[in-house]
Amino acid sequence: MADKKTLTFALMDPPYENARSTTALRLINIAAKRGYDINVFAYEGSVFLAFAMQKPHPNAMHGRNVEEENHVLTKELVSSLMQEAMRNGGKIDWVNCGLCVDERGAVEAVEGVRRGSPADFLKMAATSDNTLVIVTRG
Amino acid sequence: MKALNIIETGYRATLEEQDDPGVWLAYTLKAAGADVDVLLRGNAVNYAVKDQDAGGLQYGAWRQTQPPRLAENIASLTSKGMAVFIVSEDLQERGLGGVPLIESLTPVTRNGIARLLGNYDQVWHW
Repeated sequence: MADKKTLTFALMDPPYENARSTTALRLINIAAKRGYDINVFAYEGSVFLAFAMQKPHPNAMHGRNVEEENHVLTKELVSSLMQEAMRNGGKIDWVNCGLCVDERGAVEAVEGVRRGSPADFLKMAATSDNTLVIVTRG
Repeated sequence: MKALNIIETGYRATLEEQDDPGVWLAYTLKAAGADVDVLLRGNAVNYAVKDQDAGGLQYGAWRQTQPPRLAENIASLTSKGMAVFIVSEDLQERGLGGVPLIESLTPVTRNGIARLLGNYDQVWHW
């Protein structure tokens, strides 16, 4: 692919808190569909996006059990995005900031997510066509 | 104890949560026996708009099967006996004055909010 890009996304927001994480994953989805090589540096609360211990739950207000509710688990979105990238000839290198993981106890991550440091982010950015930082805002 | 649950920030994480946590909390507390009403203000007044559709979210092969249905969720509050107030000026400013809203809402003007708060022992502003 002549116009194949490499993009880096630096994320900060945890899941289930605002629409930024949803939007970030949508942008990554577009890049994955284009077969781009994608780097994700998950910093601070965003390490919980790929947290393997997430569990679905029923919802009494909706009157639905666990299966019917089919609650969004961001760990499944991360896995789906990785598969989508591979299906289109790209890949996602997802790095969770190790110190952010430790201080939150978010040690378990879905397959394909690796532990790293800001040095990985620097390397990612230096080898990318561009970098998008989606930062937490107050 | 009578409490008013004010919901101001609309669509904060609704796609991931598949509802609004403030609305969900009000519903759950009511089901547990609490005496709670709700006031929609700011961007959250959009929750009352009937014709909204958040469906279609997809990441790779993953598709959301139960998108948030916020108007239905608000309607479920009134069906449980909760009063749901909505700030008229916030609707007007957003061009929602003539848009079909769910029924059973109680409009309140900004000038009427202070009087409304006086009817409650506690006010929880989300």
